[in-house]
Amino acid sequence: MAVRVGVVVFPGTNCEHDAVRAIEGLGGAAELVWHGATSVSGYDALVLPGGFAHGDYLRPGAIARFSPVMAAVARFASAGGPVVGICNGFQVLTEAGLLPGALQKNRGLRFVCAPAEVRVETDRSVLTAGIEPGSVLSVPINHFEGNYTCDEATLAVLRAEDRIVLRYVDNPNGSVDGIAGICNEARNVVGLMPHPERATDPLTGSVDGAVLLRALLGSVRRPATADAPPAVA
Amino acid sequence: MASPLRYAVLVEVRLRPGIADPQGATIERALPAIGIAGVSGVRAGKAFRFEIEADDEAAAWARGTEVADRVLANPVIEEATVTVAGRVTV
Repeated sequence: MAVRVGVVVFPGTNCEHDAVRAIEGLGGAAELVWHGATSVSGYDALVLPGGFAHGDYLRPGAIARFSPVMAAVARFASAGGPVVGICNGFQVLTEAGLLPGALQKNRGLRFVCAPAEVRVETDRSVLTAGIEPGSVLSVPINHFEGNYTCDEATLAVLRAEDRIVLRYVDNPNGSVDGIAGICNEARNVVGLMPHPERATDPLTGSVDGAVLLRALLGSVRRPATADAPPAVA
Repeated sequence: MASPLRYAVLVEVRLRPGIADPQGATIERALPAIGIAGVSGVRAGKAFRFEIEADDEAAAWARGTEVADRVLANPVIEEATVTVAGRVTV
């Protein structure tokens, strides 16, 4: 049975169909989940895709964190369910307190839309399980507020606990320590600014995003059921 | 029944000390280009003005502070100052 991924849609989200297409292309079963939903039961993993949730007025993610679905996302995450926030989804997860730090305006106040090389720093996260640390992937970035910021104490914790998941090879936005993606303490919630769903088809230049999304689908562990393939004796 | 009292509230949101401010830095760098010298320490922030119903000034400040802390400022990188500017008379 295919891994069931809920793709959370806020008013103003605009990368949900890219995410669905990418996940289905990798054999997953993706479904859109409206932000008013109060339950996310039935999903094996959740993706918060990019866009401008609630218009991103005030601050990116500031209003989205009050959407009804976010309480369900928080419960899903605390139960160990894999949650990945991409770009605006990362901003929403930080505003919701599911990941530490914040995303500020880029250094130089420049909107950046370009392929970015990112280095996988750890394989201990739901988005990078099974990927050799040190691997460099080309994944597009497309943001104005992707400058990851946190205080020194938080940065020290992220480093000490091996929670910096991705770093830019060439820091494009001023992020602290070149951070492109981080995970929570339990390693099942990951936020990243690059868009893996946009790098899953040779037509768009890179298929490195598929490496990350495949790892996410592979991170889903379910108890054995009647549909599970029989164990090899 | 008397209509509730209304107070004018000003909330100023600024980045915490030590948090990099790309907007303030860009403004500071741009000033010499238009012939304004000697400006340093530019920090960009936001100001919000609104009216709020409350029984007295202290309550207005408390409610304004709740709005600031829960919504207007991100405590991870920002801090807010709340000022009650006075009663609004219609």
